[in-house]
Amino acid sequence: MKLLIANGHLIDPTANENTGMNVLIEDGKVSAWLKAADGVPEGCEVFDASGLLVAPGFIDLHVHLREPGQEHKETIASGCAAAAAGGWTSVCPMPNTNPVNDNAAITRYMIEQAEHAGLANVFPIGAITKSSDGAELAEMGEMKAAGAVAVSDDGRPVPNAGIMRRAMQYAKDFDLPVIDHCEDKSLSAGGVMHEGKMSLLLGLKGMPALAEDIDAVRDIILAKETGAHIHIAHVSTKGAVEAVRRAKNEGINVTCEVTPHHFTLTDRSVEGYDTNYKMAPPLRSEEHLEAVIEGIKDGTIDAIATDHAPHHHDEKALEFDRAPMGITGLETGVGLAFNELVHKGIIGLERLVELCSTNPARIFKLAGRGTLAPGSVADITIIDPDHKWTYRNAESRSKSRNCPFDGWEFTGRAVATIVGGRIVFQM
Amino acid sequence: MEKPYRRRDLLGIRELTEADIRGILDTAENFREINTREIKKVPTLRGKTVINLFFENSTRTRTSFELAAKRLSADAVNISVSSSSVSKGETLVDTALNLDAMDPDCIVVRHGSAGVPHQLAKVSRAAVVNAGDGSNEHPTQALLDAMTIREHKKKIQGLEVAIVGDILHSRVARSNIHLLTKLGAKVRVAGPGTLVPRDFGYLIEEAGTSRGRESVSTASLTVCPHVEDAIRDADVVMILRIQRERQDSAYFPTLREYAVHYGLTNGRLDLAKKDAIVLHPGPMNRGIEIASEVADSSRSLILDQVKYGVAVRMAVLYLATGGSLGS
Amino acid sequence: MLCYDLHRMPDEKSLNEKSRIMDSARMKRAISRLASEIVEENQGAKDVYIVGIRRRGVPLAERIVDKIAEIEGEMPLFGIIDITLYRDDLSTVGASPIVNRTELDTDIDDKIIVLVDDVLYTGRTIRAAMDQLMDFGRPRKVQLAVLIDRGREHRELPIQADFVGKTVPTKQSEIIRVMLKEYDEVEGVGIFEKPSE
Repeated sequence: MKLLIANGHLIDPTANENTGMNVLIEDGKVSAWLKAADGVPEGCEVFDASGLLVAPGFIDLHVHLREPGQEHKETIASGCAAAAAGGWTSVCPMPNTNPVNDNAAITRYMIEQAEHAGLANVFPIGAITKSSDGAELAEMGEMKAAGAVAVSDDGRPVPNAGIMRRAMQYAKDFDLPVIDHCEDKSLSAGGVMHEGKMSLLLGLKGMPALAEDIDAVRDIILAKETGAHIHIAHVSTKGAVEAVRRAKNEGINVTCEVTPHHFTLTDRSVEGYDTNYKMAPPLRSEEHLEAVIEGIKDGTIDAIATDHAPHHHDEKALEFDRAPMGITGLETGVGLAFNELVHKGIIGLERLVELCSTNPARIFKLAGRGTLAPGSVADITIIDPDHKWTYRNAESRSKSRNCPFDGWEFTGRAVATIVGGRIVFQM
Repeated sequence: MEKPYRRRDLLGIRELTEADIRGILDTAENFREINTREIKKVPTLRGKTVINLFFENSTRTRTSFELAAKRLSADAVNISVSSSSVSKGETLVDTALNLDAMDPDCIVVRHGSAGVPHQLAKVSRAAVVNAGDGSNEHPTQALLDAMTIREHKKKIQGLEVAIVGDILHSRVARSNIHLLTKLGAKVRVAGPGTLVPRDFGYLIEEAGTSRGRESVSTASLTVCPHVEDAIRDADVVMILRIQRERQDSAYFPTLREYAVHYGLTNGRLDLAKKDAIVLHPGPMNRGIEIASEVADSSRSLILDQVKYGVAVRMAVLYLATGGSLGS
Repeated sequence: MLCYDLHRMPDEKSLNEKSRIMDSARMKRAISRLASEIVEENQGAKDVYIVGIRRRGVPLAERIVDKIAEIEGEMPLFGIIDITLYRDDLSTVGASPIVNRTELDTDIDDKIIVLVDDVLYTGRTIRAAMDQLMDFGRPRKVQLAVLIDRGREHRELPIQADFVGKTVPTKQSEIIRVMLKEYDEVEGVGIFEKPSE
């Protein structure tokens, strides 16, 4: 089967010449870039991308698909459907499933379920330690062989620096990035929102920014010493952004991601005690948001990842301090990036593609992705930057509804998502 | 959710204007007389239903609200956590909707989690009155404290009020700080560094963004490094209850040490103005945050606070279910 | 969210006055007569307890008390009743009323209570005042004195006044206002047209 993406505006930060090219897809791969004058090859379907951006498929480095174990919140199929609708061609689920993805069997299962659904690529992230208990190392080598692309204990970050050091030394043998959700829980335990003026005002227990800062600095020092690749998940504090910036200048192998909600919202949103504003790391105050934006601008931050964390309505309809952390984000991430970054002139389209595709592919070493160069996998996100739309929880593909952006109006979204040469979503 | 005509929530002092607060206090003043009558009952809220939904034990506050409702002839129903369905896994929203289906006019709620009254108010048609939510607010306590202060000092404007103890976790402190600063008092807070955030002054600075703030500078709220600094020349000394479970969280080493370094003794009280009064939201830990000699002295108005509590809650129930402050 | 917005009463000054039925002097004479009738009916001021109904009944009651003291050389007992909490229309009235204090400092048991109000109209205010009195004790007798009686045809309860300053037949579309220096710029009684809704 052949498909020609014609008349679109190509954005591929990995290529020199982007303008006026049509992309020919054959057998799930990009086979060639054709000039308009070359016409349409015989037997080829045409996707008319006039007025649209054609970008290498977006890759979300940080999602929770809840399968196996919590299928009432999300399944791999429903999560992939939400991803496709949001313009993400690949998602990387965290290992906090039940049981924890700490072995090759579960890694394989997740990939198989995704292949079965056929809506998005799933690149699982394995656990650092068995059951993510922070004690014994998980079988990273076996998981890598089964398809895992990184290791993390995400929401239960390894508290013990000695074990984290060993994890980095060991992960380096397999060329696996180590992802850390930076949170020193001895500082943040019991916290339900950012510690600051708003937490004082609302009488809610705070999670101080320094809990993130301290852990990020620890990880960076360990990465420097071990030479491992540390990827800081969802940076949200000024201190963490600055630590990453310094480390990069020093040449330490560190990368980091930011979530759309951390570059959009502040802790003021918590007023009203809506549990859809509760997540970890928490929504921070103004100064942190500004530091995050600065990090996006100057290249300190490498990627946008949604931290899509579905929870069932019944679980979120609780007291603020009892409700679980996390919000869904796959369907709103691109819209937020346009609203808050592109349309506000903070980044250009090329940088957007870098943050959502090129860099994620590089960070997790996903060969043949994050580019549209001939020979690469035909994962493509087609975007209308001017499309005005309203996100509605009721229409979400996710099984959960815990998104604070219900009713938000956006300008810009993915209007078609192509995975392995197949159109899996189209407006 | 749209409230039926003339039902109003009381979620916190933070949302109130100075005029609102004065209006509630004036109404409460006028309700005090009813509590001195031989027949302490008026027919005002006859046929109205008040549900006291208490997720936290509090005999004093619950009884006070119950008496207030009954003296206004409302039907008061008490639901306490042990007999509620929350322990059966029902969500907060379900609980609210189920109660709402029984058409109460007012739900008085006490909960260990901040924001529960706000969450209930969003789904319930009844007027929601906050009887204490986590570390957030305890508006009726602040109102009865203000009534006690007004009774003894004849005013609140310009008074120096010291609040001593666990400021961080205290809903009483938060509500009182909002109320007293809105009414023009100067508030000084002090206590162990672990329980008194250095930047607590933010509290009213941030509150300035909410409805109902006239210009109040942070100068009206000061965080003092030592208890003595807060108490010196104060007109009112408000002592907060030390919750013993805090001790397990290592906010301070021992109750003994707390009593020695932060407790209100006669010696410390001597630093205050000669006619200073002492308030405590109760129940007291005698010999810990307050020495017995202070608690039993004539300067301690703890029983007045309890007495005024009923009048304040009558006023709040009356206003929540349809009464007016007038002009 | 909570919003204790202040309810505003219709601006009374904007009412259109049709006729002035009593001026200050006539009002004074009417009050004197009420006081005389009260002492005559009760054979003196002993055990007589003059109770003004808030708001405008209160200054009237005070004047009656003064007058009785002048006539008898003995002060009758005096008290104030606020009927707000006893109203039967709390759940229906638009601008709901402010609560004020009831002041019955002397025991009412076995006393002759003379309720004083400015205008007797439907009788509902008097009903509320009597209900409240009964919660305070057991008076020997309750009488009613009003400056203006708008006439029996308006009555919604079987209540009549014992002492009346002046009976003024009125239409429902009219408002009677007793103006007193304690609350108003002038003294007197006027008939006003109800503002059209």
